[in-house]
Amino acid sequence: MEVCNVLIYEIMCLAFPGKIISIKSKEQATVDFDGVKKDVNISLVANAKKGDFVIIHAGFAIEKVEKSRKKEIDKILKDI
Amino acid sequence: MDKIKVLKKINRLAKEMGRDVNLMEVCGTHTQAISRCGIRKILPKNINLITGPGCPVCVTAQKDIDAIINLALNGIPVATYGDLLRVPGYFGSLDDAREKGAKVFDVYSIEDALKLEEKYSGLVFFGLGFETTTPMTAWAIKKAYQSGRQGLTVYSTHKLFLPAMKALLSLGEVKIDGFIDPGHVSVIIGEKPYEELNAAQVITGFEEEDVLIGIFMLLKQIKNNEKKVENQYIRVVKKDGNKSARKIIDEVFEIGDGNWRGFGVVPGSGLEIKKKYKKFDAKRKYKNILDKIDFSRSKDPTGCKCGEVIRGIMNSRGCPMFKKVCTPDNPVGPCMVSVEGACNNYFRESK
Repeated sequence: MEVCNVLIYEIMCLAFPGKIISIKSKEQATVDFDGVKKDVNISLVANAKKGDFVIIHAGFAIEKVEKSRKKEIDKILKDI
Repeated sequence: MDKIKVLKKINRLAKEMGRDVNLMEVCGTHTQAISRCGIRKILPKNINLITGPGCPVCVTAQKDIDAIINLALNGIPVATYGDLLRVPGYFGSLDDAREKGAKVFDVYSIEDALKLEEKYSGLVFFGLGFETTTPMTAWAIKKAYQSGRQGLTVYSTHKLFLPAMKALLSLGEVKIDGFIDPGHVSVIIGEKPYEELNAAQVITGFEEEDVLIGIFMLLKQIKNNEKKVENQYIRVVKKDGNKSARKIIDEVFEIGDGNWRGFGVVPGSGLEIKKKYKKFDAKRKYKNILDKIDFSRSKDPTGCKCGEVIRGIMNSRGCPMFKKVCTPDNPVGPCMVSVEGACNNYFRESK
C-alpha cells in the first residue's frame, strides 16, 4: 500500500492499517501490513478476530477498519 | 470518486465563496499527508491550509524536555518514542545525553520499554501524545501494577486534545473558518466531543482522496454558514469512539493542567497518573532530582518561532531561521525535528 508514493514501512511509527492473520493470545496478534508481518497488541480493541483489518498505532491496534468504503462513498455521493 | 472530480468541486466552491478561507489541520499525520501529497499546491489560491498544534513532540513543553534530560543525566535509564530524542533543551537533547553515557532508548511501542525495564531497572518512560498514545501508556502502567513488580515508571506529559482547539479559538489570533479534525484522536474520542467547539469541522482520513473530500465537505459547511461535526472517515472512526481505550485512560489517569509549547499551561488539558498508581509515577519517584533542576532557563531556543508556528500565527516559511539556520539535520526547535512538525514538512515540501 502506498500513500503518495511513501511505502508504509517508512511511516510505521504512525497509525496504519493491517490485517490480523493470527491471534497469539488475549493480548497479542500477528498483523500483515501488505507483506510485512508484525506482532501487535490487541488489548484496546474489543473482539479482534483473525481476518479483521485494524489500525495500528505505536504497536497497538486502536480500531477495526471496515474493509469496504461503501458507506463513506454513499455518504459523499449524497453530499456532492 | 476520483481526485480530479473532487478538485473540480473544491474549485467551484472556492470561486463561489470568493474570499480567503482558512482551514486548520490539527493532526501531525495530516500535516505529513498534506505535504507528501502536495495538496497545498493543488488547492485554489483562496483556500489556505494552516498547520495547528497537532504534532505531539512539538507541543511538549521545554520544561518537560529539560526534566527528562536531567533524569537521564542523573543515571536513570530513559525510553521514549523516536523523534523526541533529538529535541534540543537547555541541557542539550536526550541524544546528547546518550553521547555523554546516559542510558537513553528510543522505542516503537511501550511494550519495548517494559522489556527494557527488565534489563535496566528503574527505567522511566517519557509518555507523550494525545488520546491516541495515552491508552498504551495506561495499559503498561496497569500491566506493571498487576504484575506486582515495581516495573517501569512514567513521566507523563500526555494531553487531551480538545482544550488546545478551544484555546486556539478563544485566543482568536488566527481566523479559523474550519477544522480538519485529528483522525486518530477521533478514533478514540469519537465525534461528539467536538460539538462543543461550535465550529465547522470534518473528521477525515489520511489518504489524498480522504483529505480532499474532507476539504470539500468543510468548504460546503462554511459556504452554508453551518457549524457541524461531519465524519468522512467512517471506515475507522466510530460515532462513539473506542470505549475500551477511553476506559483504560480513565482508570489510570486524572485530569490536570497540561503544559504546552506555544500555549503555556492550559487548565484541564493534562493527564497525570492517579494516586492508586503513584508507584509508577516518575514525577513522584524522582521528585528529589526534579526539585533541584533550575527550570528558569527552560525557555524556547533563542529566535525559535515554534510557539508561533504551533498556534498557527506564523507559517514556518516566515521564520527567519527556516532553511537558513534551522534544518532537519540541524534543528533549532521541535517543529523542525519531528517528522510530524510543520517546519520539517514545509522544509521537505519546498525541496
